[in-house]
Amino acid sequence: MTTASSADHPTRRDFLFVATGAVAAVGAAATVWPLVSQMNPDASTIAAGAPIEVDLTPIAEGQDIKVFWRGKPIYISHRTKKQIDEARKVPVASLPDPQSDEARVKPGHDQWLVVVGICTHLGCIPIAHEGAYDGFFCPCHGSVYDTSGRIRQGPAPSNLAVPPYTFVSDTKIQIG
Amino acid sequence: MSGPSDFQPTNPALKWIERRLPIMGLMHSSFVAYPTPRNLNYWWTFGAILSMMLGVQILTGVILAMHYTPHADLAFKSVELIVRDVNYGWLLRNIHASGASMFFFAVYIHMFRGLYYGSYKEPREVLWILGVIIYLLMMATGFMGYVLPWGQMSFWGATVITNLFSAVPYFGESIVTLLWGGYAVGNPTLNRFFSLHYLLPFVIAGVVVLHIWALHVAGQNNPAGVEAKTEKDTVPFTPYATIKDAFGVSCFMLFFAWFIFYMPNYLGDAENYIPANPAVTPAHIVPEWYYLPFYAILRSIPNKLAGVIAMFGAIIILAFLPWLDSAKTRSSKYRPLAKQFFWMFVVVCIGLGYLGAQPPEGIYVIVGRILTIAYFAYFLILLPLLSRIEKPRPVPNSIADDVLAKSGGKAASMVSSVIALMVAGGLLLGGAESARAAEGSTKPPAQNWSFAGPVGKFDRGALQRGLKVYKEVCSSCHGLSFVAFRNLAESGGPGYSVAQAQAFASEYKVKDGPNDQGDMFERPGRPADYFPSPFPNEQAARAANGGAFPPDLSLITKARSYGRGFPMFLIDFFTQYQEQGPDYVAALLQGYEDKPPAGVTLPEGSYYNKYFPGHAIKMPKPLNDGQVTFDDGSPATVAQYSKDVTTFLMWAAEPHMEARKALGLQVFVFLILLTVLLYFTKKKVWANAH
Ligand code: FES
Repeated sequence: MTTASSADHPTRRDFLFVATGAVAAVGAAATVWPLVSQMNPDASTIAAGAPIEVDLTPIAEGQDIKVFWRGKPIYISHRTKKQIDEARKVPVASLPDPQSDEARVKPGHDQWLVVVGICTHLGCIPIAHEGAYDGFFCPCHGSVYDTSGRIRQGPAPSNLAVPPYTFVSDTKIQIG
Repeated sequence: MSGPSDFQPTNPALKWIERRLPIMGLMHSSFVAYPTPRNLNYWWTFGAILSMMLGVQILTGVILAMHYTPHADLAFKSVELIVRDVNYGWLLRNIHASGASMFFFAVYIHMFRGLYYGSYKEPREVLWILGVIIYLLMMATGFMGYVLPWGQMSFWGATVITNLFSAVPYFGESIVTLLWGGYAVGNPTLNRFFSLHYLLPFVIAGVVVLHIWALHVAGQNNPAGVEAKTEKDTVPFTPYATIKDAFGVSCFMLFFAWFIFYMPNYLGDAENYIPANPAVTPAHIVPEWYYLPFYAILRSIPNKLAGVIAMFGAIIILAFLPWLDSAKTRSSKYRPLAKQFFWMFVVVCIGLGYLGAQPPEGIYVIVGRILTIAYFAYFLILLPLLSRIEKPRPVPNSIADDVLAKSGGKAASMVSSVIALMVAGGLLLGGAESARAAEGSTKPPAQNWSFAGPVGKFDRGALQRGLKVYKEVCSSCHGLSFVAFRNLAESGGPGYSVAQAQAFASEYKVKDGPNDQGDMFERPGRPADYFPSPFPNEQAARAANGGAFPPDLSLITKARSYGRGFPMFLIDFFTQYQEQGPDYVAALLQGYEDKPPAGVTLPEGSYYNKYFPGHAIKMPKPLNDGQVTFDDGSPATVAQYSKDVTTFLMWAAEPHMEARKALGLQVFVFLILLTVLLYFTKKKVWANAH
């Protein structure tokens, strides 16, 4: 018996081993793909995540509602004049995550604030109309958001996210 | 596992670990340096194949469990959703379902190999008994797994098998109730079967570790059946056995992939695409093919308790094999009589398998009894007797001598036994299949379907026309509840755009709610909605249809079948014919006759159909010429309607069929390349060993 590094045909032999190993490795890698891909949302979940329409007429000034889209709570607040003014008075540069209130609402619909009701710290749901800024207060670790949903105090790093939405009419929005 | 290893890592970090947990040394001595007899043939690669199969089943099973719902009302649907909606769900399910059959196929070869070469003899008795335990665990696991999809065969298989325990005197009924967790097979049964089906594979894995441990203590048996004595008799496990096993595994994967990608329902039962119904038993309860021989033994004995004892005894007896066969010579190669009787025993097992699938009547019962006696006689009379009277031929002095004496005739005998095995296996499966033959009805003619064969695709025009026929005719009585409007726009389907699917959906009224007032309301359909069913529930459907329940059509082309018989069934495996369902559905739609043949009287409210089992069908002739108008100028005939709507329903039953076949082609190209490369690598490696 000779040893594994026979000198007869070194190149051919090495090529065969390398080729076999490479093909096997490619196969193994390709096999991983479906095994991982199956963890992603399935087709029915994706289809159920289609845009939803929300009628705004029942929401009185100063009130807000919570709707669900793609499993996430979305706050829709009908802000009062006072709340809008408060949000716009603050110098943007002084905020932890500087963003103007105008950039967070749709032009001409200043009274409507639509934000994803998930605290940007670790995902708890902030309570509306609470906290020092009359915005949102997260009970988990004490993050405080203002009437524009911007972070003002506490550990959360950024403002409440604004989901994609459009006004279908003056009293109806489509989220998604 | 063969004493302390001399393996020493050089890397200091590995050294540190090795001193505290010598796991690398264990691996090295077990799978690298381990001396393996140099004369092993390919039958010995089935150990590696089985290890791979266990891994495949655990991996795919854990994944399927992420998507499956073990609840009597939801299980069937959740399996369908896995296949339809989960990314590559169809692939994972096909692997797991046909994987079970492959696992048993491999284990039977492994067991027969052990039987032939006397691998159970001293000092390998414990090794063999551990194997019997693994086999028993596999049977339990396979049975419980088959129950999980909660189809008709699942439900009735569970009922029949659990009822075996009612044969136990005095405690029978209590044991069965204990197994069920209720007064009948139901949701609690499904839940516990799911739990145990998840648990047992890990128990199997544990016993496999013991099995391998015992193997490494006793050393491998080999075709000559003489122990390895000197260095010359063995080669190190790596690279020799590793590469040979890799080649064997690769060949096996080719076989496996044929089922996964091209024949996923070949080994399954069409009945299991009908959701479990505690009120209706299928005409033939046939277990999975791998239980058939034991099922035949059960049915051969006219007494309930004795039948159950015989069935379990047929398995348990294997554990006593090391003491029943006390012949000194291990390998049947050197036992002229034992060798012949071995092959007769193989035939007996296959014969029992065939009978297990036949209706328990007439000649089948008599032959079944004869074969049952033969089965037990082999173990209880023949083997003990042979070990006393047989004069074995001389065995080689050593493994090295055996290798030198090897001639070319060996390969030929190997090939012929492989062919014999395949034909025999085919016969067994053919038997399972023919039991499904719809009795008393004409066989539907085989049609040319665009979607048949390895590269078959759906005819888009036919799918669109078929959808129209369904919508205008069938949908007034039949639901299509697993198909969503969004599916119409998916690739491999009728080829509509997303906007078209949306428009199509909005023509339907869908029930939704409750709204803020707590009321249910109707709204236009959306792409995410499923085709609404015409009746709110089964009772309403029956009331409106003279007591008959129009079945949901989502799976109808997979839930109907007819026997092809032997040898067609075997040929179908190679030609990939699997269109029994579509053939039947298309034939049924055209099989109406205005007047039943002379001498046939139909019950009130029934119609005569040539292809319907029993011929009396409650559904009036649904299609008539000119009923539906096609925009593309296709003929408005019943033949055209039937073909189109069947094509559409085939797509509805398997929306990812085109993806399955396309991926199959890629996998085959890859596997063939890998197998060829492994073959040459194996030859290169082994060139040094001879
Ligand atoms: S999650 Fe809201 S403050 Fe931590």
